[in-house]
Amino acid sequence: MTLSASSKRLSPFRRRSAIPGFGITLGVTISLLSLVVLIPLAAVILKASGLDGPGFMAAGFSPRAMAAYRLSFGAAFAAASVNAVFGALTAWALVRYEFFGKPIVNALVDLPFALPTAVAGIALAALYAPNGWVGQYLAAMGLKAAYTPVGVVIALTFIGLPFVVRTLEPVLRDLSADVEEAAASLGAGRISIIGRVILPALGPAWLTGFALSFARGVGEYGSVIFIAGNMPYKSEIAPLLIVIQLEQFNYQAAAAIAVVMLSASFAMLLVINTVQAWARRLSA
Amino acid sequence: MSPQNSTQDPLWVKALVLSLVAAFLVLVLILPLVSVFAEALRRGIDPALEAIANPDALAAIKLTLLTAAIAVPFNIVFGVCAAWAVAKHDFAGKSLLISLIDLPFSVSPVVAGLIYVLIFGAHGWFGSWLIDHDIRIIFAVPGIILATIFVTFPFVARELIPLMQEQGVDEEEAAVSLGANGLTAFFRVTTPNIRWGLLYGVLLCNARAMGEFGAVSVVSGHIRGLTNTMPLHVEILYNEYDFVGAFSVAALLCLLSILTLVLKGILEVLQPQVGARGH
Repeated sequence: MTLSASSKRLSPFRRRSAIPGFGITLGVTISLLSLVVLIPLAAVILKASGLDGPGFMAAGFSPRAMAAYRLSFGAAFAAASVNAVFGALTAWALVRYEFFGKPIVNALVDLPFALPTAVAGIALAALYAPNGWVGQYLAAMGLKAAYTPVGVVIALTFIGLPFVVRTLEPVLRDLSADVEEAAASLGAGRISIIGRVILPALGPAWLTGFALSFARGVGEYGSVIFIAGNMPYKSEIAPLLIVIQLEQFNYQAAAAIAVVMLSASFAMLLVINTVQAWARRLSA
Repeated sequence: MSPQNSTQDPLWVKALVLSLVAAFLVLVLILPLVSVFAEALRRGIDPALEAIANPDALAAIKLTLLTAAIAVPFNIVFGVCAAWAVAKHDFAGKSLLISLIDLPFSVSPVVAGLIYVLIFGAHGWFGSWLIDHDIRIIFAVPGIILATIFVTFPFVARELIPLMQEQGVDEEEAAVSLGANGLTAFFRVTTPNIRWGLLYGVLLCNARAMGEFGAVSVVSGHIRGLTNTMPLHVEILYNEYDFVGAFSVAALLCLLSILTLVLKGILEVLQPQVGARGH
């Protein structure tokens, strides 16, 4: 009886359910969410709002901060673009082809999710340094990867790869061969099937994977700082600038840069959600 | 060209795609993984084992295990509660709640560390109160655990919510109508249905908890033997040009992540519905 009484009381907000435990589980969920995530995030915004307008501009949009945003966003964009191409090829190979070692390749794609970012960072730095396994050949060609913005792109490519592959894979798998056969039986060639049938169906998932990879890259820290070189104005990413401001006890400047980055991530989150809603409408 | 062939790529396309993919994965994934072990074993196995047996490394391993031992159960409790509330009930603001649970994934790890410094640091909201009462959170173990809990926050919840939504409420309703209370329904009816999804979420949560770098680095203070986790210890050794030491501890973390991937692969083969949503 207490159960039905309590669900009646809550009726404007929730539909009746026979299953108990709503109050306590929702209470725990919202309390922990507020304590661990929401209130602390509000703290950074409050801290930055301690600055007046010009003060915020000076801290959050200083020339050094602008250079750092350009690098973080630019390198994340470049890395997400590389991943959009090679991630799509990888997803295509995993779904459509049979080849030797496929289960291993499939598992390895998730390596960036499982490998600590610092480990990835030192491994990539060692590999692409001028005396490294790959870096020596680049050096021989007069190219420098590690300790330049190119190094940042390499690290962010590593970090973002699984997002594109894992977003495209299920869509490719669902794309039934029937549609392609139908197109072919109507006289379409392979190229026009890819261009007119496959690519349009992949569009939203592709964009989502790209955006997820981009969003992850913008905030990434651990894998980047070892390979980046970390020169102010040249190879210093935005998250590193926050750390540097903190180490110099410039808490408000750190908070201002954090607020700029948070706003950018929320904007991207909004874009991703919109794209996914669009994808659901398309597939429905 | 017959219809069957038209959905198959020509051999040269297949060969081209596979070689591009192979070249890319070797450069981006496989060589980095191999190089960790190669660098660790550069001077043989003994220096590598010594670097791991070093007291500071052992302290870092202990702290990493402690952090995961607190962050993962926290995540299970939160994830199960959130999934129960969201998947088994209907209420206003549900999709907002789901978005908020996912929020920590879109926050830079460095910002995750920063927010706790702004609250608990010496100049933070509770800074002077904490100093008066001689409680250390920032540059101490509690801060490391808090930052880890923040970055791992969504793992179990986002694995369980879609799984429990898919399973619906019929079985639990039947149990309750037969007189089971909430806890009995959860442990006898729901748990057997979600255990693999839960395990999957725990696996990913644990990997992130043990490997987190950015957030933990901001709050840790890098005090050797006290507030260094394994990834932070890797950084310190690397910056001191002790490459064999850094890559040896890194190799240990690599083995852990390979183990994670193997277990994850086994789970995906045995329980295909698990992990369908990606992460």
